Amino acid sequence: MAQTTSRAVRIRRGMTLPLLLLVLWEVSNRTGLVDPRFLPSLESVALTAKRELLGNDLIFDLLSSLARNLGGFLVGAVLGIAFATVLAMSPLAGRLVMPTFNGFKQISLLAWIPLISVWFGFGEQAKIVFVALACFIPVVLNTYDGMREAPKDLLEVGQALQFNARQRFLRIYLPSATPAIATGIHLGLIYSWLATVGAEYFLAVGPGIGGLVIAGRERFDMAMVMVGVVILGLVGFSLNRLAAVLESHLLRWRPPRTA
Amino acid sequence: MAVLTASEPEATRSAATPWRNRAVDALIALLLPAALLLLWWTASDRGWLAEQILPHPIYVYQTLRDMIASGDLFYHIGVSLQRVLIGFCIGAGFGLVLGIAMGLSERVEDYVKPLFLAFAQIPTLGWIPLLMLLVGIGETLKIIVITKGALVPMTLNTFAGIRNVSPRYLEVARALRFSRWQTLRLVILPASIPFVFTGIRYGLTHAWTSLVGVELLASSEGLGYLLVWGRQMFWLDTVIIAMLAIGLIGFIMDGGLNRTERLIQRWKRNDI
Repeated sequence: MAQTTSRAVRIRRGMTLPLLLLVLWEVSNRTGLVDPRFLPSLESVALTAKRELLGNDLIFDLLSSLARNLGGFLVGAVLGIAFATVLAMSPLAGRLVMPTFNGFKQISLLAWIPLISVWFGFGEQAKIVFVALACFIPVVLNTYDGMREAPKDLLEVGQALQFNARQRFLRIYLPSATPAIATGIHLGLIYSWLATVGAEYFLAVGPGIGGLVIAGRERFDMAMVMVGVVILGLVGFSLNRLAAVLESHLLRWRPPRTA
Repeated sequence: MAVLTASEPEATRSAATPWRNRAVDALIALLLPAALLLLWWTASDRGWLAEQILPHPIYVYQTLRDMIASGDLFYHIGVSLQRVLIGFCIGAGFGLVLGIAMGLSERVEDYVKPLFLAFAQIPTLGWIPLLMLLVGIGETLKIIVITKGALVPMTLNTFAGIRNVSPRYLEVARALRFSRWQTLRLVILPASIPFVFTGIRYGLTHAWTSLVGVELLASSEGLGYLLVWGRQMFWLDTVIIAMLAIGLIGFIMDGGLNRTERLIQRWKRNDI
């Protein structure tokens, strides 16, 4: 698509609607057009953010959520890559397990929460298990597919050179599957954040941004809910960007993909 | 643009192999579930597993029969499906219009896309508490949440579809001196149909996931409610049945659309 408009114009256009909404928000608030309980003024949202930040350990909540997210993500990603590697390198294991795995993955992630809460309680352990599960699924799927698509001629070369399993893994499967693994990890990172939020909603108790939002709802404190929701979005966005940057950095040795 | 990507189970292999190989594959695929069931059965029989951890398979089966006989299961499934259908239709409809508008006009894209992406960035689950304060926990809440779930992938994929129309096609259209309307109807829309279909598929998947989320948080009927209720009463058989129903329906919806999509892709391949 030809770039016909300058960057400045595009930025100005992009800002128009959000600014308009903010003005509308402020005006409707000043004139008493809407109930401030449903739409608190910008000022009170800012004040709430400040209160949570300085007085109520917002940072601690955020760090708890991130730690949970990271913990679950690491467990899920490592297990996922290992699991998928075993399945992909042994043809029989793949045929044996993958159909069942594909069946299980159909169950919406959140539907696991009741069972997980029975098995692991409502504490930190249950949350980590849930986040790990959320990350595990996309990592396995992508790693498995990536390894199955390892070039046949390379595998033949490996056979001719009498590679053992370790060599096949390190020299053939892993390099050819790296892009797919990166995609899987990227998706895993996104899903594990969603799962962190979900875990904090449903497996209540304990510090966390999800808990902050739920508490805000229970107290009918719209400003608090808004602060929490914006943070949820910002963290998700940052994780996504981070994954994208890491992905392109890790794959910089590859020629650009022609999709 | 980050159009949602996920890997698909390979399907190309089975097309070429004779039915006997496929039968063997199916048999192998069934081995593990059978072994798991057997393990579950013996573990329950021998009392290795407490009833509160995993109820006996027989017990789950009996509950399933009771729930089917009393119509309970199909009632809750019906409620959930209806919500998804309404929310999905609204979300996909809006998404299609929005995606086409953003795809065709750079001006619309410039104005709308940043705000849209900012909204899309906040997970559906994040919106639920906010919406609960605004619209309560009634039917409206569920429809809005599901609509949002379907709207985002539909918009992004439609948009990507229109932007990815091959320049060569557009050149041909120019050479043939097509009018704007002809270009749209005969070139751009047909070429973007595969993308739209991807949008529909992801939209439906997201709608279904969102439904489970919103029903878990606030509902007095539907499959998600069945999960919460079973959990509270410690009726794990109910929980397991609800999970299976959620998985099965998701599978059927996804599988049906996948098949349709492949039909469309075949048309596309022949075309080139």
